[in-house]
Amino acid sequence: MSSLSRDEVAKLAALARIEMSEEELVNLASQFGSILDAVARVQELNLDGVKATSHPQPLENIFREDVVLPSLSPDQALSGAPAQEEQRFRVPQILGEAE
Amino acid sequence: MINNTAAEMSSALAKGEITSVSLTKQHLDRIADVDNEVKAFLHVDTERALAQAASVDADRAAGKALGPLAGVPLALKDVLAQEGVPTTAGSKILQEWKPPYDSTVVAKLKAAGVVILGKTNMDEFAMGSSTENSGYGPTFNPWDLTRTPGGSSGGSAAAVSAFEAPIAIGSDTGGSIRQPAALTGIVGVRPTYGAVSRYGLIAYSSSLDQAGPFGRTVLDTAMLHEIIAGHDSKDATSLNVPAPAVVAAAKSGDVKGLKIGVIKQLQGKGYQTGVLARFNESLETLSSLGAQIVEVDCPSFEYALAAYYLIAPSECSSNLARFDAMRYGLRTGEANGASAESVMNSTREAGFGREVKRRIILGTYALSSGYYDAYYGSAQKIRTLIIEDYKKAFTQADVLVSPTSPITAFKIGEKSEDPIAMYLADVATIPVNLAGICGMSLPAGLADEDNLPVGFQIMAPAMQDQRLYNVGAALEAALVSKWGGHLISKAPALGGAK
Repeated sequence: MSSLSRDEVAKLAALARIEMSEEELVNLASQFGSILDAVARVQELNLDGVKATSHPQPLENIFREDVVLPSLSPDQALSGAPAQEEQRFRVPQILGEAE
Repeated sequence: MINNTAAEMSSALAKGEITSVSLTKQHLDRIADVDNEVKAFLHVDTERALAQAASVDADRAAGKALGPLAGVPLALKDVLAQEGVPTTAGSKILQEWKPPYDSTVVAKLKAAGVVILGKTNMDEFAMGSSTENSGYGPTFNPWDLTRTPGGSSGGSAAAVSAFEAPIAIGSDTGGSIRQPAALTGIVGVRPTYGAVSRYGLIAYSSSLDQAGPFGRTVLDTAMLHEIIAGHDSKDATSLNVPAPAVVAAAKSGDVKGLKIGVIKQLQGKGYQTGVLARFNESLETLSSLGAQIVEVDCPSFEYALAAYYLIAPSECSSNLARFDAMRYGLRTGEANGASAESVMNSTREAGFGREVKRRIILGTYALSSGYYDAYYGSAQKIRTLIIEDYKKAFTQADVLVSPTSPITAFKIGEKSEDPIAMYLADVATIPVNLAGICGMSLPAGLADEDNLPVGFQIMAPAMQDQRLYNVGAALEAALVSKWGGHLISKAPALGGAK
């Protein structure tokens, strides 16, 4: 049986930038064991020498001429902004945060 | 004429027997009558739809050349960006967001004159198999309003089966078009990965996501498929090859001499009796039409579900990092000089629902150092084995088949507390996504035990989507003649005048 503790879930939630209530952490930790057991089935097969597939189609770099194409105006790009100032996204303080 | 097919509507419009404005109004009236019960739509775009219809009527009156679906109304899954129209992906984090641009699918629909009635409900960010994970409440199955329509494109499927729209767009990452099509008794196709542009399709799992069509008939579905398919330079994974001739295939429907492979691993244990009965009858029908039925072995499919629930959450944990409360969407927790990071944390707490958080955490775990090889790395190798199983199977058969969903429509709330039970709903649809090939679900009849629709799944190799339509059309014609009409005509009447 796999399991994940409440503290491990809290660490993952912090990495994923999601605040979680104590109740959510405990709930998620209690469900995680059965989910991990289900997905851990990928380890049942001997996969030595099998190549990994990250994408269903062969991907190649795609190039185009470096010409200006129509794009969003500043007003359009800012139209969904929670806050804006002088044609820029206004965001909460990101420097000098107390740690 | 809301009970007609899209092809019939198209022909009536071309002959001038009806205007697009009148046809659009009939569908808007139907939505007003029944959507309080079905709740297929998150946003009904009345004004724009009527304006678009009037413009198609004017073009027709002026003698302009119009596409086959010009003036025909459609329901659009809320995962596709439409300029100026609320686009939420079923999430509170995007409540009231209006995109400043059109997705390529929407641009193609508009260019073809298809009238967009509004945006349909879905599991949040397409994560779910019942539409119960929507941030705006569930959609109800028109066949039985106590049951789910499947998901994640449940709103689009319900809209088409409730005659609120003749055709609809969905998206399919692990079965999200085919499974709801099966549970609501209609046709749904997940095109080959890269056949339909993902530009403006809000990303869940980028290597699996693909938009596709719903219709009440194979031909209607093909007509919509042909409009949205094609290369797009705005999507780097879009295939630059000629689009398959799906409408011609839907009009042909000839399976004589065709080899149809039944996948051994996608039947038996866990599949409802009535689902298997209808599936086997459909095989007999195809055989009587001259197809040769063979059994194929795909041993790695047993691990497809496990691989999917590592790959998709891993990709989503990365994709959904863009919802950071800075450039668009919800922002909460800004009081008292809060830092950007704490605003991000509290916004994502408030804006994401339970299943989305669960998958982001699972993906973060699967990608974390120390676990990467054991989980994500192994899942990617299973993906290779699944592709190889398909390759081998397609040397033995022209198309492969299975039931679309192991079960018929389940009750609202029945599986919402048990993630593993919910994930099993996709067991037969997921292999297609992992391999990047194409699949169709079409109605195979009603299960005896519950009188609910059963879906028959057809799978074909990449960019051989026409094979789905050819086989689908043959089976549909035989079943419709046996039933004396399309399965959907047996759906119970809803509150509105039908």
